[in-house]
Amino acid sequence: MTATHTRSTAPATPIAPATPTSPSAPTSPSAPTASSVPSGCKTTYREAMREALREALRGDERVFLMGEDVGRYGGCFGVSLGLLEEFGPERIRDAPLSESGFVGAGIGAALAGMRPVVEIMTVNFSLLALDQILNNAATLLHMSGGQLPVPIVIRMTTGAGRQLAAQHSHSLEGWYAHIPGLRVLAPATLTDARYMLAPALADPDPVLVFEHGSLYNVSGDLPADAGPVGIERAAVRRPGTDVSVITYGGSLPKALAAADDLARAGISAEVIDLRTLRPLDDATIGESVARTHRAVVVDEGWRTGSLAAEISARLAEQHFYDLDAPVERVCSAEVPVPYARRLEEAALPQAATIVTAARRAVGEPLPATAGPAEPQPVDRGVGGAG
Amino acid sequence: MSTTRTRRAPRPAAAPDPRAAHRLALLESMLRVRRFEERCVELYSAARIRGFMHLYIGEEAVAVGVNEALTDEDAVVSTYREHGHALARGVPAEAIMAEMFGRVTGCSRGRGGSMHLFDAGRRFYGGNAIVGGGLPLAAGLALADRMTGRNRVTCCFFGDGAFAEGEFHETANLAALWRLPLLLVCENNLYAMGTALARHQAETDLALRAAGYGMVSWAVDGMDVFAVEDAARRATEGVRAGTGPHFLEMRTYRFRAHSMYDSDRYRDKAEIDHWKERDPVEGLARLLREASELTDEARAALEDRLAAEIDAAVDAAEQAPEEPVEDLLTYVTSPVEVNRP
Repeated sequence: MTATHTRSTAPATPIAPATPTSPSAPTSPSAPTASSVPSGCKTTYREAMREALREALRGDERVFLMGEDVGRYGGCFGVSLGLLEEFGPERIRDAPLSESGFVGAGIGAALAGMRPVVEIMTVNFSLLALDQILNNAATLLHMSGGQLPVPIVIRMTTGAGRQLAAQHSHSLEGWYAHIPGLRVLAPATLTDARYMLAPALADPDPVLVFEHGSLYNVSGDLPADAGPVGIERAAVRRPGTDVSVITYGGSLPKALAAADDLARAGISAEVIDLRTLRPLDDATIGESVARTHRAVVVDEGWRTGSLAAEISARLAEQHFYDLDAPVERVCSAEVPVPYARRLEEAALPQAATIVTAARRAVGEPLPATAGPAEPQPVDRGVGGAG
Repeated sequence: MSTTRTRRAPRPAAAPDPRAAHRLALLESMLRVRRFEERCVELYSAARIRGFMHLYIGEEAVAVGVNEALTDEDAVVSTYREHGHALARGVPAEAIMAEMFGRVTGCSRGRGGSMHLFDAGRRFYGGNAIVGGGLPLAAGLALADRMTGRNRVTCCFFGDGAFAEGEFHETANLAALWRLPLLLVCENNLYAMGTALARHQAETDLALRAAGYGMVSWAVDGMDVFAVEDAARRATEGVRAGTGPHFLEMRTYRFRAHSMYDSDRYRDKAEIDHWKERDPVEGLARLLREASELTDEARAALEDRLAAEIDAAVDAAEQAPEEPVEDLLTYVTSPVEVNRP
C-alpha cells in the first residue's frame, strides 16, 4: 500500500548537492567522496562531521544514522551528503517529520543493542522530542534500577547568526545541560567535529551533540596531530593571564577574536572552550580563574537561567576568594531571535561585547570606540535549509 | 464487538485434555493479577505502598491473553497500569511487591514504584507513565530487530487515551511505513482517566482508524481471554511473517477507579455493574466449573496457592532492605569510565 511512497534503494547516480549555499561560500558541500580527510589536510567542520560519521558507520555495524532528510537530501546542513550511497537506506535512514517518533525509535533501538545516531534539524525542533529525550533517554537507566542504559547519540544544530529568525535560531543546549543522565557536547573546532563522535558513541549513556550552525562552513587544516579526543574535559584554546573567557560552540570564534583585540590593548585573555556542557569540567574552569582572578562567561543562550548563570554560580561557590572582580556574563538579549540582520547581531554575544565585558572585569577604562553600540559583523556561515 | 467469540464449554473427557490445562492456566494467571492487586489495595490503604497506583482489575484478560502469543524472546512495553502486564510476563510477584515497597530487591531497585516496573532479562521494558511515551520506544525495539534480522515481536500496550497523543500517530505511521515487527495493543477501557472515549475522540472506532495507517487492525472483545489469545496469536503470526505492524483494539473496562486518588464521579454505577457482569476472571471460572474442568475444591486450592504466593511476596518485601541513601545517585549514568585521551 505504500509502494509508491516508500524510499527506493540507493540511487544509481550520485545525487546532486542539495544544500543551498551562498555563492561565495568556499566550502559548500562537495560531491560525495569515499576518501577520508587525513590529518593535516584542508577540511571544513561539515566535512569533519561527515568523516566522523563515516568512520563510525564503517567501524561498527550497529551504528546507523536516522533523521529528517539525512539520506537522499544529504542532510539539512549537508553533513551526511554521500553517506546514503555508501551505506544504503537501512543505515542512512530518512525519517518522517516525527521528531518524537524517530527520537523515541532511536532510544528503543539503542535499548535493543544498536548504536543509533539521530539527527534533529535544529534545537527548536528538538522540543517536539523533548518527552523522549527527558522522560525516556535520560531517565530509563535510573528508573529501571540500572537495567536499561541508552547508548544513543542525538545530534542537532543550534544557535543564531544566519537570519533564520525565532524558530530556527535559539540556543537551548543549556536546557539539556540541566538534565541528569545526559552528556551534552558542543564541538567548536575542526578537531572536535572530527573526533568527538567516537567517544560519544562509546558512551553507554545518551549523548547530545550541539553543532552551531555558523560553524559548518568553518574551514582550515585539521592539525597534523589531530586524533582521538576525550569528552570529559574543557580545553584552553588560548592561554592568558589577566582574565578567563569561558565559552563554547559558536561563541568560541568570537571569544578568540575578542582575545586578539584585548591583546592589542595589553590584556591577556585566556579562552576556555567548555566542549562538554554536562558534566561541566569544574577543574579546568577553576584552575584558570584561580590564576587570572577574573572571569567572563560567554553563552549564546538567554541570560536568565542560562548555562552562564550556572557557571557563575559555581565560580561564586568554589572560587569566591579567588575572584578580584564580579563575574561578567555575555549572553543573548532576552528576546526571541529576530530576523533583521542588525537586530539579530545586536541580540547575540559579539566580539565587541566580549571585549567590553573583559575590560570591565580587569578594571581597564573602556576606550571611546568600544562598546556594544556597533556590533561587529559575525561569521555569516551559510548552510541551512528548511 | 466485532470479533467476539462465543466458545462452547468443552465437554469433560476421560483423558487429561491439554486444552483444559491451558484454560486452567489462563484462569490462574488472571486470578494472580486480580488477587495481587486486591492485596495492593489493602497495603495502599494501610499506607505501606505509596505514590500513584493504577489497578488493572477488570482488564486481566488482555494482558494474560496477549502474553500467550509471545515468546521469551519477544519484548513488552507497558504503561503505568502495568501490574497485570508484568505478572503475565513472568516478573515475580515478589519483585513487583518489593518495588512497590521501595526496596532494593524490587524489580527497579526501588527507583520506579508501581508505574515503573522493569525486567530487562524478561525483555519487559517497563511501565511508562507518560501516556503514549512507550510507543516510539517500542517502534525502536522493533526497528532494531528488523535491522538485525531477528524474528522477534515487540508488543506495546497503551490505552485509548494514548490514541489522542501525537506519539501514537507518529509511531503508527513509522511502524507501518517501515513494516516494523510491532504488535500495538490498545486497551480501550472507554476512559482516558476521567474523560469518556466519546468525549476525547471524534471517531470512537479506534480499530477503524488504525487501519487507516495501513496496518492490519482488529477490534477484539477484551473481556474474553479466549478471544484475546486468539487475536493475539493471529496478529503475532502476521508480524512474524513479516507483514508489518498489527493493531488490536481490546475493548475492555476497568472496574476500579483510575487511580487510588480517583473518586470515580464520572461513571454511572449502573455502567460499572453492567461491565462487571462480564468479569473476565469469574466468567472463565464459571465456564470451567460448568464444564467440570474446575471443581470447588480445585478453585479453593488455587486461591490458597495464590494467597500464599502473595503472602510470601509481601513478607519478603517487608523484610528486604531499602537502598542506602548513599546510593542515591547510582544509575544516573552508567558506572563505566568513558575513554579519555
